[in-house]
Amino acid sequence: MKVIFKTSYDRDIDLHKDVWSRGRIAALVAVMAALPFLVGEYYLAEATNTLIWALAGMGLMLLVGHSGQVSLGHAAFLAIGAYTDSALMNIGLPFVVTFPAAALAAGLFGALVAIPAVRMSGIYLAIATLALFVIVEEMIIILEPITGGVGGIQAPAIEIAGISFDRYGHLDHFYWLCLTVVVAVTWAYANLLRSPTGRSFLAVRDSEVSARALGINVTRTRALAFGLSCAMTGLAGALMGHYIAFFNYELFSVFISINLLLVVTIGGLGFIQGAFFGAILITAVPQLIAILRGAARDSLGVDIGGMPGLDTMLFAMILVGFIIYEPTGLYGRWLKTKVWFELFPLARRDMFRRQKSYLKTERQK
Amino acid sequence: MDLIQLLIGGVASGCIYGLVALGFVLIYKATEGVNFAQGDMMMLGAFIALGFVNSDHLGLAFIPGIVLAAALMGGVGYGIDRFVVRQIFGQPQFALVILTIALGFILRFIAGSIWGYSPLVLETPYAGQSVPLGRINISVADIVTILVTGLLTLALWGFFAYTRTGLAAQAASQNQMAAYIVGVPVRRINSIIWGLSGVVATIAGVLFASKGAIDPNVGLLGIKAFAAAVIGGFGSLPGALLGGILIGVVEPLAARYLPGGISQMSPYIIMLAVLVTRPNGLFAQMHAKKV
Repeated sequence: MKVIFKTSYDRDIDLHKDVWSRGRIAALVAVMAALPFLVGEYYLAEATNTLIWALAGMGLMLLVGHSGQVSLGHAAFLAIGAYTDSALMNIGLPFVVTFPAAALAAGLFGALVAIPAVRMSGIYLAIATLALFVIVEEMIIILEPITGGVGGIQAPAIEIAGISFDRYGHLDHFYWLCLTVVVAVTWAYANLLRSPTGRSFLAVRDSEVSARALGINVTRTRALAFGLSCAMTGLAGALMGHYIAFFNYELFSVFISINLLLVVTIGGLGFIQGAFFGAILITAVPQLIAILRGAARDSLGVDIGGMPGLDTMLFAMILVGFIIYEPTGLYGRWLKTKVWFELFPLARRDMFRRQKSYLKTERQK
Repeated sequence: MDLIQLLIGGVASGCIYGLVALGFVLIYKATEGVNFAQGDMMMLGAFIALGFVNSDHLGLAFIPGIVLAAALMGGVGYGIDRFVVRQIFGQPQFALVILTIALGFILRFIAGSIWGYSPLVLETPYAGQSVPLGRINISVADIVTILVTGLLTLALWGFFAYTRTGLAAQAASQNQMAAYIVGVPVRRINSIIWGLSGVVATIAGVLFASKGAIDPNVGLLGIKAFAAAVIGGFGSLPGALLGGILIGVVEPLAARYLPGGISQMSPYIIMLAVLVTRPNGLFAQMHAKKV
């Protein structure tokens, strides 16, 4: 185990533990940036999809993992982002204006919703967001002049300063655009977490009453977390709209909300890295199933393509497995493995034993 | 006349929402967890009943078939708690929310792969019959729904007020730790409550199926039942039922008298309005949170 010799107070709040951690991140970003030269069109499209999911996952992670509020309706904010962006672009505004506008619209809507919503705790908030999702879905169908109703809407090709970022014409450009957005948001998110605001999110998550006693305005903090989370999700929604290119309300079904929740839970609640792990899993598993399906058909002559819902079923099984056996998610498992190697012969199984506890009741009666 | 017709139909479908909501509330009252798979349990119950009763499946007589289905779903509910939910005993509520959502998907897949994804109709002895009452026609399915809901609510009330198990469940719901210390078998009580909510879900499913076709996705009705449970206040059995009836009545009225689209949103609008004005529901049992 490495002990870091700290020579200034700045080291305590530094984003990276040491020069190696900084280097690893830089190397990762470099590899990601070079990806269009390394892999083919198909995998690049998949990588883009993963990045977009990671962005949306970070949005939900801020809410669920870092401020302790559950949302079952985050697809609504993806939809708001996507429709704001595409509708504004369709009336002729450039992407550099519509993209922030998508974040702003989703964020403002989220914060507006949050003001009554944050008064509710846990379950009530989850159900309220679910209801909100249904309302947004119906609104999309009703507001046909803006959203194209059931028919759908076209996301125009992006062009910034004369360079085309069209998803079909210049996939590599579109990929770099997504990567830039994701890197920027991740950096901002990581910085947010070490600021007083981010710390107050954590305080509210861990104990609302204690946070209030420390002078944190709980309502304001939770609404802010909600708004920020929705803004991030809105950005992801705008990119997702461009990635799909032509979409209607069905793109943002309740299953997307559930998948997002899956991303953050399986990835590892409370870690930014978790959103990325989850996004990789959720975009890779359908591909794996497709490959397995092909293999089963070719070698065994069994056609499992005829079973609809198999993907969701597998996701559900994975989710149940993780919640029961590894509630800290993939990233938690990674951390445990790392500690095991760092301490090598000294690690013991009980080091990470879960503490059994009785349910803390929310009722006083 | 039209209005009365709408009202009776609304109360009947409201009873079904109310019954599903009752399932939520049962589990919430006893274990403080929310079962997001309740709608899917209703769906599975309806399909199992269909499997027993329909002539092209097992073809049992109606009442024994339903009783068997209810018993089987009681077992499923008990098993879900015993083998899955108990594993995460003591983890935060959030974990249970996600776990039950996932369980809902699994139940949907099971029903889909056994009975297929195309809508099926449950054969009931009273299908299509109606009673003329003055100038309006009341369908027998609606009458049966309202009567059965009333009886079931009375039975549940009796169960919680008078039986040993019911009282133990009340004790466990008020303070798990204290109940455990005085010798209430908290975990077994939880499983029994889950089984009970499986039975309630089956009855709701059968009543729902007697009013129309079912397919594996009808479990999404659970979202509406949530609205009902929230309007009533999550901890209150009569509240859940009244919330369900309120939604059931408002929906057809909104479809009839308001512009299109509002009707689908109306349950959620009512629910959000209730949440904003009275965050704990109309029949609140929740109080300020402890540290």
